[in-house]
Amino acid sequence: MARIDYQLLQDMVPEGATVLDLGCGDGELLAELIEKRHVRGSGVDISPSAVEACVARGLSVFHGDLDEGLADFDDGSFDVVILSFSLQQLHRPRLVVREMARVGKLVLVSFPNFAHWWARTQLFVLGRMPISKELPYQWYDTPNIHLCTIHDFRLVCQHEGLRVERELYLHSFEKPAPRLWRPNLTARIAIFAVTRGVPAATAPTNSVA
Amino acid sequence: MTEQAGSARKEIGDVALATDADAGSAGVVATQYVTLAEPPAALQLESGETFGPITIAYETYGTLCEERDNAVLVCHALSGDAHVAGWREVGDKRPGWWDMLIGPGKALDTDKYLVICTNVIGGCSGSTGPASVNPSTGRPWGTTLPMITIADMVNAQALLLDQLRIDRLLAVIGGSMGGMQVLQLAVAHPERVHLAIAMATAARQPTQAIAFNEVGRQAIMADPHWRGGDYYGHKIPRNGLAVARMVGHITYLSDEAMQEKFGRRLRDIRDYSFSFSADFEVESYLRHQGLSFTERFDANTYLYITRAIDYFDIARGYRSLVDAFRETTARFLIMAFSSDWLHPPYQLKEIASALRATHKHVSYYEVDSRYGHDAFLLEREKMEGVISGFLHSGARTFGLCERRGS
Repeated sequence: MARIDYQLLQDMVPEGATVLDLGCGDGELLAELIEKRHVRGSGVDISPSAVEACVARGLSVFHGDLDEGLADFDDGSFDVVILSFSLQQLHRPRLVVREMARVGKLVLVSFPNFAHWWARTQLFVLGRMPISKELPYQWYDTPNIHLCTIHDFRLVCQHEGLRVERELYLHSFEKPAPRLWRPNLTARIAIFAVTRGVPAATAPTNSVA
Repeated sequence: MTEQAGSARKEIGDVALATDADAGSAGVVATQYVTLAEPPAALQLESGETFGPITIAYETYGTLCEERDNAVLVCHALSGDAHVAGWREVGDKRPGWWDMLIGPGKALDTDKYLVICTNVIGGCSGSTGPASVNPSTGRPWGTTLPMITIADMVNAQALLLDQLRIDRLLAVIGGSMGGMQVLQLAVAHPERVHLAIAMATAARQPTQAIAFNEVGRQAIMADPHWRGGDYYGHKIPRNGLAVARMVGHITYLSDEAMQEKFGRRLRDIRDYSFSFSADFEVESYLRHQGLSFTERFDANTYLYITRAIDYFDIARGYRSLVDAFRETTARFLIMAFSSDWLHPPYQLKEIASALRATHKHVSYYEVDSRYGHDAFLLEREKMEGVISGFLHSGARTFGLCERRGS
């Protein structure tokens, strides 16, 4: 099944860019970016089997723990840094976002929106921690330890002096949501394109608030 | 040393055996010898001296394909030799030092690749070294042998590759001093290799490691039988070399593994002997390790090779480590082992970061292990996946042949 979130991320990556994929898993996204956008890509993942899978694909990958920061990466050393659906699994998500903006010129982050109405309903009506396709785990064995909402993430960007260039929403990994009313309520998945506080030379903000 | 049910127990100090004794073995292999660098084509050493002729001992496993581009060079560490896999003869007690990785269907698959391993020059296992006879004097070189560096070792191996008519290796792989040779080859001879795997090593020998090597050298030189290196035909400096090996051996282990294997257990005695004999198991073990080492290793070689290791700095002659890696074209796999305190992971990350700063294709992989520096000789299951994946994807990318076994 085609991952639309990968497609949307891909569309925001310039051709031939240097790309760092944090929490790259088995390298599927990176491999696609290399094939479709001819990027020079590297990945980071904490899992030995994920790193092995990336190496077997011929990818350049770094076995490491994102929560320790990106100390091994120089300032501005990548055109694009991607954190695809891993933000909520980190112990130190704010540090990682800050580090991403240090290392990359363009930061792309996708995450599940915990304020989606279905999650709110489960909590409010059933009094249970929400379970959905994007958040499929039980509360006691979920890797998703730092969930947030679209509003939360906008605030973090503000506090870190980061500029939101674009916001995109999806109903699921396979279904985009191009125009949404009140995305904090209606979007299950959000993708943010963010840059450092210095105004970007070209793109105006076109976030759908 | 009993086997646990179901899996082969890794023993400190032992070479890891292939878990399946017959399948996957490189078989019985004979060491080959070739003499190269005959004057006037002698080898130009880093020290400025020229040296030749040089005898190189080497072993090969597998077959070269028609395009001659499926060769993998293995570089050994301080006390290694060319016998990296298989058996010297039927009934041999222990196989080659990296037998766990080399053979049909193993990480360095001899059905796909030609695997080569040489004894470094300055060594004592067949290649020219201090114990070899100087043709002009008819007597062993001893300490009159010129100083050998890692660069010299690699240049000698390049001569062998020329001799074997292998223009470009598929890969070069090694741990510890072997890892230094990997970096040296990739930097000094970029056109000779596609893939480089360096593990449990450093871009430059770290201070603490120099210190331990120096203790080993002092032990040898303080032995009255060393006679300035001129001991051939006399008693060898056995005690000095044994002590050097004991010290070195401790650096290859880990606190946790030693505690687990020996604890404070006494040898076959009920209580302290209140003397200086080997009361503790660990003492007895180290004494045995030291003495058995002297049966197969030459004391002067220990001096020369540790010196070469201590001198190693890939950035020497460059402005920085990043600069040193600028001209290399190989793809790299850099591997670290979590409990290795001789070459801790930060030293391997330094290599990977410097390579990344020059936009080279590099991967860094850390093996979680309790076995210390020796882990790279023991952790077969944790290493073979990433190594074989790296070789296979690299061969595919570069369009190199991987000969299929029949």
